[in-house]
Amino acid sequence: MIEVRKLVKRFGMKTVLRGLDFKVEQGEFVALLGPNGAGKTTFLRILASLSRPSLGEITIAGFRLPGQAADVRRKLGVVSHFPLLYGDLTAEENLRFFGRMYALEQLPRRVSEVLDLVGLTTRRKDLVRTFSRGMQQRLAIGRAVLHDPEVMLFDEPHTGLDQEACDMLDRVLRDVAARGRTVVMTSHDLARIEDLASRFDVLSHGIISASTSRSAMTGGNVLTFYKQALAGEHG
Amino acid sequence: MAERAVTTKKSGNFIQAVLAIAWKDLAAELRSRELISAMLVFAMLVILIFNFALKLDARTRMTATSGILWVTFTFAGTLGLNRSMAVEKDRGCLDGLLLAPVDRASIYFGKLLSNLAFMVIMEVIVLPLYSLLYNINLFIPGLLLVILLGSLGYIGIGTLLAAMAVQTRTRDVMLPILLFPVVIPVVVAAVEASSGLLQGLEWSEISYWINILLAYDVIFIAIAFMVFDYVVEE
Amino acid sequence: MTKKPLLLLILDILCLVLVAVAAYLALVYAPMEVTMGNVQRVFYFHVANAWVGMLGFIAAGVAGIAYLRTHDVKWDIVEEAAVEISLVFFLIAIVLGSIWARPVWNTWWTWEPRLTTAAITEMIYLAYFMLRGGIEDPGRRARFSAVYTLVGSISVPITFMAIRFFRTIHPVVIGTQSAAAQGGFNMTPHMKVAFFFSLLAFTVVFIDLFWHRIRLGHLSNQVEDLKQKVME
Repeated sequence: MIEVRKLVKRFGMKTVLRGLDFKVEQGEFVALLGPNGAGKTTFLRILASLSRPSLGEITIAGFRLPGQAADVRRKLGVVSHFPLLYGDLTAEENLRFFGRMYALEQLPRRVSEVLDLVGLTTRRKDLVRTFSRGMQQRLAIGRAVLHDPEVMLFDEPHTGLDQEACDMLDRVLRDVAARGRTVVMTSHDLARIEDLASRFDVLSHGIISASTSRSAMTGGNVLTFYKQALAGEHG
Repeated sequence: MAERAVTTKKSGNFIQAVLAIAWKDLAAELRSRELISAMLVFAMLVILIFNFALKLDARTRMTATSGILWVTFTFAGTLGLNRSMAVEKDRGCLDGLLLAPVDRASIYFGKLLSNLAFMVIMEVIVLPLYSLLYNINLFIPGLLLVILLGSLGYIGIGTLLAAMAVQTRTRDVMLPILLFPVVIPVVVAAVEASSGLLQGLEWSEISYWINILLAYDVIFIAIAFMVFDYVVEE
Repeated sequence: MTKKPLLLLILDILCLVLVAVAAYLALVYAPMEVTMGNVQRVFYFHVANAWVGMLGFIAAGVAGIAYLRTHDVKWDIVEEAAVEISLVFFLIAIVLGSIWARPVWNTWWTWEPRLTTAAITEMIYLAYFMLRGGIEDPGRRARFSAVYTLVGSISVPITFMAIRFFRTIHPVVIGTQSAAAQGGFNMTPHMKVAFFFSLLAFTVVFIDLFWHRIRLGHLSNQVEDLKQKVME
């Protein structure tokens, strides 16, 4: 579903990603770990088609980036730490706007469905700027699943969320995974992703330095695996 | 939930996206009214300051009117452009727009429409107020055309430059610095045409300026639409 | 550090020689003009500098388009060099124009089309550098600069035409000579020699400085590169 070969990303003279290889099969749920500044957000932005690679090949859902970016975008849903919502519109209007941008049919019905999914039906006519951060993130997730994308990218989605919002997010994540969607998620919340992800990759020094599936994980939990992966580099 | 819960139309998305973006901006503004009220207040203040700064008697006021109006519009216009783009930048909304499977140019045209609407709304309110304050009849048919063409050129290039300016460190200050030197043809032509209309000059004398406005509008909207990608994509 | 190429060194010396000769021609060789007196000699360098400014302006426009099409950073270096040179030379031309205008028309500045357009172009250049100064990411900086250069390149000619028509309607009254008469004295053959030689000399100066500035840009980028490598 996602195939990345020799991805290089430079900002001027600074190289952030150095020949990164990455492959995700359909239905996999990959947790992307790594130290701060390692390039996780940069990588995710490139996958999200928001940033162009300096070198390398990327194929998502059979379409190449950046050449066929528009086709890729139709299949992508992205949640970042910015809510990407308009404060002066209601929850409903926000979803309806994005629905129009994605040329969705039967929009009113779909909007109601999504509001229901993220538990915001009662607040549908309220302005987003009155929402708490947790509710905004919930709506942002709604926006991301609106067009039922095959691939979903989450960049530290739990950041700043209260318990209720986190639980709801996990529910959505599990639902998405259950329906066979492909997910790549970065997170610092190792305890949470341990249950969600089927695969764990570590991005460090511009490449994927370690990768393991849940079953094969050394040490039995993510934290150990992660620490070992980082230690192994300096070893 | 059904396997494929949604279907999307494949074709003809461009216009829909443009209208969706324009509608979105207008709807949000209708709620908060921050942008237009800021522009209006600013415009009235500028006119007020001109009143004291220029000490115009009744006769010179006649000839200075179009100049005063366009200076006012030029300055107030930057407020609207800045706010409109800042909304997208601040909450990362621009990314939201970029994620949509639409041509980047649709973002440009959508913003162009809403920015133009805001500016014209401001102008349409300022004109009668100015008329009243200075007892000058501004309800000349050609004048509205000139204002529309001038605003179109201003917003046409302004939307592009605002998209750039909002991504720099010096944000709000950057837009007038970038915009004013390149929008001078619009100001010159608009002032001359307005002035000509107010004085009741022959159409042949005014038409040259209208042509310049038209040419400018077409050329710069074309350029902006072609290079907009480079300004919003990374 | 790459050494300065021999050709560039020769060019440097050639420039000094040519400018010296041009100065001689302008100040000594050419005869004094009848109506304006010696101050008219400023004209030779004034036009030559404006000419160099124009060369820079065009070069910048071309480089901007080239960058947008190729995304090759060398075009960004060329563009910045061209704008910088054009900025300086237009400034010199404007100042020389002022020096000429003062005794002849009793004013430091006239709002005539060419002069006004030159001033507006300077403002665009300054805006250009402010834009560059406000962007950290080199890729974005190059892209935005190229876009603004393109916008400026198109707007300046339109501005000139607009102002020119504006001036025919509202002419600037400075003594008995209209702005169009600025170059309106007849040039004797000696004057023509001085004039064209000045153009030649300053064209060579343009090439020389352009080359230097582009080299400087490349070296500067190399320094940045080394800095990044050291920091990693």
